[in-house]
Amino acid sequence: MIEDANGPVVEMRGISISFPGVKALDNVDFRLLPGEVHTLMGENGAGKSTLIKALTGVYRIDSGTIVVNGAEVQFHGTADAQRAGISTVYQEVNLCTNLSIGENVMLGHEVRGALGVNWKATHAAAAEVLAGMGLGDLDTRKPLSTLSIAMQQLVALSRAMVIDSTVLILDEPTSSLDAHEVEALFGVIRRLRDSGVAILFVSHFLDQVYAISDRLTVLRNGQYIGEYPTAELPRNELISLMIGKDLEALAELGSNRRSARRSEDAVPLLSARGIGKRGSVRPTDLDIHAGEILGFAGLLGSGRTELARLLYGADKADSGTIEIKGKPVSLHSPISGLTTGIAYSTENRRDEGIVGDLSVQENLILAVQAERGWLRPLPSRQAGEIVGKYVAELNVRPPDPDRLVKNLSGGNQQKVLLGRWLATHPELLILDEPTRGIDVGAKAEIQESVAQLAEAGTAVIFISSELEEVVRMCDRIIVMKDREKIAEFDAGPEVTVELIVDTIASHQAGDPAQPSEEGGAVA
Amino acid sequence: MSTVTPDAPAVATTPKATQTWWRGVVRTLTTNPSTLPTLASLVIFVGMLIYGELAYGKILQYSTISNLFINNAHIIIIAAGMTMVIVTGGIDLSVGAIVALSSVAGVMLANAGLNPWLAVGVMVLIGSVFGLFSGVLIQYFNVQPFIATLSAMFLARGLAAILSTDAEKLDKDSPIRLLGAKIKLIDGPKVNDLEITAGVILAFLVIVLAFYLMHRTRTGRTAYAIGGSEPSAILMGLPVHRTKLWLYVISGTLAGMAAVVYTARIGVGQNITGDGWEMQAIAATVIGGTLLTGGAGYVLGSVVGSLVLGLMIVLITRDGTVPPEWTTIITGGILLAFVLLQRAVTAARRN
Repeated sequence: MIEDANGPVVEMRGISISFPGVKALDNVDFRLLPGEVHTLMGENGAGKSTLIKALTGVYRIDSGTIVVNGAEVQFHGTADAQRAGISTVYQEVNLCTNLSIGENVMLGHEVRGALGVNWKATHAAAAEVLAGMGLGDLDTRKPLSTLSIAMQQLVALSRAMVIDSTVLILDEPTSSLDAHEVEALFGVIRRLRDSGVAILFVSHFLDQVYAISDRLTVLRNGQYIGEYPTAELPRNELISLMIGKDLEALAELGSNRRSARRSEDAVPLLSARGIGKRGSVRPTDLDIHAGEILGFAGLLGSGRTELARLLYGADKADSGTIEIKGKPVSLHSPISGLTTGIAYSTENRRDEGIVGDLSVQENLILAVQAERGWLRPLPSRQAGEIVGKYVAELNVRPPDPDRLVKNLSGGNQQKVLLGRWLATHPELLILDEPTRGIDVGAKAEIQESVAQLAEAGTAVIFISSELEEVVRMCDRIIVMKDREKIAEFDAGPEVTVELIVDTIASHQAGDPAQPSEEGGAVA
Repeated sequence: MSTVTPDAPAVATTPKATQTWWRGVVRTLTTNPSTLPTLASLVIFVGMLIYGELAYGKILQYSTISNLFINNAHIIIIAAGMTMVIVTGGIDLSVGAIVALSSVAGVMLANAGLNPWLAVGVMVLIGSVFGLFSGVLIQYFNVQPFIATLSAMFLARGLAAILSTDAEKLDKDSPIRLLGAKIKLIDGPKVNDLEITAGVILAFLVIVLAFYLMHRTRTGRTAYAIGGSEPSAILMGLPVHRTKLWLYVISGTLAGMAAVVYTARIGVGQNITGDGWEMQAIAATVIGGTLLTGGAGYVLGSVVGSLVLGLMIVLITRDGTVPPEWTTIITGGILLAFVLLQRAVTAARRN
């Protein structure tokens, strides 16, 4: 290391980037010191992703300078940035599941001998890197697909070590991890920081930001707001810096939802008995009444999503019955769910949710159109009404129905997705992780919309990894673990995140042959 | 779960070594989605050999096996290139047409008095140029591989027809024919000889080099990564563009070589030569276990796939009672069975 130990590793000055119709970054400054964890804060659409993509060479900058390790650079792609010692771990794991763990660590950096790639040495090198991160007991020759998402994220992180990065960018690496896994990740991050790596961290979880970062840079609407030592910036101040006003939106939405609103004698809107699917969900009973928000709490892989998919008909159950308002129904396909008044908004926004190459309008009317059938196109006047209504009600920004959805921020994509299902006027709306990876402002807006929906009589199933959110939003909570329902709580002052965590932790599965947890390796 | 016994370390060495070796095999079998179909096609190939020997006789003998390789060397060469392209999730429809253009041009050039080895060079180069054409379209103009190679196919086929629509016969004494001449390795009784041609040797070389490229070089590994997830490969900083471009050039070049091998053996170049060979190569690749979606597959599997198709024709001919029209239907049936097998394997792995 030749550079001055106190000087920044990365210094970005006056960075501007424009896209057609939007100024994504406007004269933004950013600096990153060696041996620090620096968090980039801002709402969706504030320009965090754009700034990162400018630094990693994905986007070309219109103006400004980027200095890395004392030299001004111009990157023309991720490969250039990697060569300069900048590596990135993204929110979605960007690895190849068809290849082995070791190969994913070493891809592009395989050890080569006289006969080409020396696999033995390559796997040994991968094992060494993984061991350095406390993942020594992984078998590098196993396929990556055998690992949990959390472990894959750590493997992605270990790639950064292979190329001896001086700068490590972590773009929401924790959004699909549970608390244990986050702790394991943070352990690795701290170790890297202490070895002098400069770490740029992006997360929507304030707790995590305060737990790990040394300094913060706040962006808002593509503009630089300021740089602060984390310890000297109280949370509420940070939030108001991010959204540019005092935060009324974060007010306790759930407090008024504590009163259980179902009448015991009424026929449930949906009643499932023994519904299950082999290898996916064990037979489960549940009832949901109109106007009720039912939460599914549980860790990733606990069967939350799988159960929701059975209720919608996205997957076909092989046991049990479902009754809607007392009448048995057969849910065997999404369209059968849709026509019985059930809507399911997926957790996998990018792949199963929005259609990125279609406009906001087209995305919004998709489900209504599917319900009508393709032979009866939606009249354009009606389509316009739907679009106008939901763009305004859900506050989709920018409010341009012709914009391609892929050009919207994550939070606004989620709003479009929500609007698509609301447009079908479902009696039961299943929301799978509707607030994952989106900023506090959009999150509050979506939570508010959900509360209003239930108020208006819609039944809602609300699934979230954030237990705090489930507790706050829901009238009733079903706790799931290892593919089965283990408890059910009526919301009330005594139902807390701790109670749910304890329930999950203390529950012993009856089946002794359950698979060992992948996370055990890092714990 | 394992309990450590005191005497374990003393006896562990040998059993452990075999155990890990065996575990490696089991792991490859159960984890790579193309291993099982590849093995299945190998089993079916052996089964066909045994069945043929028992039912018709004279299958497991030098001459039949020699001819199987000699008559299919060109398909093996094309299938090797096709496998590499399909591993990236692409496809190359132009190879059959490249063979047509290349063989017509080669024969005409050689007959016109061009140095025959120079003509052979031009034949191979025609393939490279068309591969480059497709690769550039795909990589720099963002054209779907299907469409890019389809346009290359029409272009090559059309150019071949412009050159000549007659069967162009290679001069009887042209040295190019030497490439197709049979060399006796083992002189068996009567006509039962183990024979080989330069084309078969070339096919073997291609297989070895393709195997090396795909499994021992970063380019090959990048190909698998692209097939697994192209966006991920790009974000990992792998040379995705360069690799894809190169693989189409290689596929085209191999088609040019296949044209040399085939023309040398048959001695005729025609604008309808190679009709449907791209489909045969794709079928061989799929039967050999390569996933059409990319990311998994073996060049060696495609070799077996080519031989399965070749042997099938031999068996049908020997049988004599199956009408020749049924050949394509049986090919289709085998292909379907293999695709269903792949689906079953991937589905079983997912659960």
